[in-house]
Amino acid sequence: MRFLFDRDTRRRWFDVIMSGATLLCVALALLPLGSILFEALVRGAPALTPTFLTQSSLMGGIANAIQGTVILIGLTALVALPVGILTGIYLSEYGKHRLGGIVRLFVDVMTQTPSIVVGIFAYSFIFELSLLGFFPPPLVFSVISAVIALATIMIPIVARTSEEALRLVPTSAREAALALGIPRYRTILRVVLPSCASALVTGALLGIARVGGETAPLIMTAAWNNDFFNGLDQPIAALPTQVYRFAVGPSLAENRAAWGASLILVLLMLSISIASRAVIRLRAVRR
Amino acid sequence: MHVFETLRGRTRLRLRATPGDLAFEGLSTFIALAVVGLLVLITVILYLAAAESIRTYGLGFLSGSVWDSVSQRFGAAPFIYGMLVTSALALLLGVPVSLGIAIFLSELSPAWLRIPLTFIVELLAAVPSVVYGLWGIFILGPAMRVYIEPGVQAVLGFLPLFQGHPIGSDVFTAGVILAIMIIPTISAVSREALLAVPDSQREAALSLGATRWETTRLGVLRYARAGIFGAAILGLGRAVGETMAVTMTIGNRAAFFGSLFEPGQTIASQIASRWLDAVPPLELGALIQLGLVLMLVSLFINLFARLMVGRFLRVGEGAE
Repeated sequence: MRFLFDRDTRRRWFDVIMSGATLLCVALALLPLGSILFEALVRGAPALTPTFLTQSSLMGGIANAIQGTVILIGLTALVALPVGILTGIYLSEYGKHRLGGIVRLFVDVMTQTPSIVVGIFAYSFIFELSLLGFFPPPLVFSVISAVIALATIMIPIVARTSEEALRLVPTSAREAALALGIPRYRTILRVVLPSCASALVTGALLGIARVGGETAPLIMTAAWNNDFFNGLDQPIAALPTQVYRFAVGPSLAENRAAWGASLILVLLMLSISIASRAVIRLRAVRR
Repeated sequence: MHVFETLRGRTRLRLRATPGDLAFEGLSTFIALAVVGLLVLITVILYLAAAESIRTYGLGFLSGSVWDSVSQRFGAAPFIYGMLVTSALALLLGVPVSLGIAIFLSELSPAWLRIPLTFIVELLAAVPSVVYGLWGIFILGPAMRVYIEPGVQAVLGFLPLFQGHPIGSDVFTAGVILAIMIIPTISAVSREALLAVPDSQREAALSLGATRWETTRLGVLRYARAGIFGAAILGLGRAVGETMAVTMTIGNRAAFFGSLFEPGQTIASQIASRWLDAVPPLELGALIQLGLVLMLVSLFINLFARLMVGRFLRVGEGAE
């Protein structure tokens, strides 16, 4: 028994135990991920009938929700990508003095702002404008209001990822272009941006993956719609909000539908996440 | 020194800016400032929309413990309490696990396992919060009620915090879900902090005959503690603002709770669960005022985290 209490043996055992504990931590984190994917697959797959995938939620399907999510992501990207990338250009190319630092700080803080706060903001923004007579009040629950919310979430993410993408481009590339007498803005647009295009795409995909799964701000701005898209000033269905409605619904059929809809949502989000990796890997391979 | 930097720096040399240059720099500066303006706008709009509620309830809003749309009395105290308790629980459970993951991935893992495992852990962040909520309702909640909560009660049941009849849809379940959701954030940022520790730290400890664990504890963890602390605060920032998963699992009762096995409500979950049923104008205003409180809390936490993590902090893949 004495050898068990030998100091060096004890130290070695402690080393093994702690290494095992860290491995256990990894397993603990993988357990919920595995369970979520497994349950979504097992409980969701039977729900994926042709009717479910082609009918609107009026008929118990999710086609309108899929359409809504695609529309919302598209419109949001349309607003957020140019604004985000231009902000990224400012941060990487122009904002090297104190003002740049302040902008970066604010953008960083914005990426961490709770999405529900952004939902309240979009709702209240439209509401306050309608008080001033710009919009009719029902617009608070509309595609426009939802896009304002989602774009507010996406812009800072795209700004920071684009900044990092632009920083990947070596300064010598800029200097070479400038030395040829090419104006600075053309250098940025024609030399810097194209050479980090794949990293920009990764950033855009990360932003899309983030807003595509957002639920709380959509409940507060897009509300629900049992029909397909019927106007920018109307509420719109979306996959996350549809999952929520099905999940809190009372009937078993709705609960099954919730798993079916979340299977589609998870597959969509995971494939975007994995695609963003693939783009980065591709770039690494090419260089 | 790069020419490029010099040209923008203290020397008098300047590139001759074409009109296009001026326009493009002006445009990107304007857009960047507009994005900053957006954060200011959010604060101003929230304040405006909550103005009536703020006038009516003032600072007493923070200490009021009743939320009743019939008598029009609205107070935030139970939700602030719920937010603090669930976040504390999430950190208590999530930080050790995340730190273990970070240590394994940066110090112990065989090289071939490192990249795939890092990627898989980060996938936890790619699962939408409403899917966590669904999983919480149908899988985690029942498991908590039947196995975990009675188990915890058997050990710690003498504490008032763990008394009462486990229901599965309660503060404890919400805390566990939050812990799972903040793991990718905390483990990613602390892993970066560990990776930033110079190898000389490890070599010094190893050369003194330290075991691998002793090397990690003395040479690496101690060196990276500011970054790890910042990672935890960043996780806290995520936890206080998380909405859907909490709303779907916490039981939604707008009151104080004495035990973790009782239903409760956080600021975010109260807003989400009452939003569509709120009675305008006062209850809606009160919800917006709650949102303002949440925003200031998260602003404070995130500025603090940024200060702590310093250069480690990045909008990383999956660290969202």
